[in-house]
Amino acid sequence: MTILNVQKQDFDISTEINKLCAGRRDVGAIVTFTGLVRDFHGDHKVQKMTLEHFPAMAEKQLADICAAAGDRWPLQGCRVIHRYGPLYPGDQIVLVITLSAHREAAFQAAEFIMDWLKTDAPFWKKEQTSDGTHWVDAKEADTLKSKKWHKL
Amino acid sequence: MEILFFAKLREDIGHSSEVIPLPENITTIKGLIDHLRQQGENYQAAFQNEAALRAAVNQSHVGLDHPIKDNDEIAFFPPMTGG
Repeated sequence: MTILNVQKQDFDISTEINKLCAGRRDVGAIVTFTGLVRDFHGDHKVQKMTLEHFPAMAEKQLADICAAAGDRWPLQGCRVIHRYGPLYPGDQIVLVITLSAHREAAFQAAEFIMDWLKTDAPFWKKEQTSDGTHWVDAKEADTLKSKKWHKL
Repeated sequence: MEILFFAKLREDIGHSSEVIPLPENITTIKGLIDHLRQQGENYQAAFQNEAALRAAVNQSHVGLDHPIKDNDEIAFFPPMTGG
């Protein structure tokens, strides 16, 4: 079971966990990841971050990434929310929840989804900082993290 | 075909989409990029760094040698920075 959303509005992690687990007794592990807007980038103060996205492709990529995780690990549920639009330091950007009977699958699947999402989901961050406004550069480290899953 | 531009490419080019007939003798993404480069300085700026260029055909990631057809939706954008 995968539920995913690309949305402007904020999310509540407890509500999402409760929805996933309602009426279930077979879930042994819930792993969650929440990504937030930091108030700094290097030496600069971040005042605002705007996330641009490619709506149709974003939904498709997130569905593909979750399906790939489900093929690899015995997941009982998966939830991904990615926000877009203007965000401010402290705001939530992304949520990943994975459910499994055992912790290892839930941990690994959550990390896999986040690593792939960083390099394959069509979102672009633009930061407004004390040094001006600029598009955030993709990190080589993120590409390497995503590639490592090919080898396992 | 419909061509979409996102993020810095959209800003460089000055608009987010355009609909054009598939140019004659163009069969790949790379060929389309070369064609677009001839359309003006804004396109040259957008497509200057091919190492930092990503493309999608019908919402799937593709390499620059990927074939294209007239009814495809082509998207150009920089490396992704979501999450």
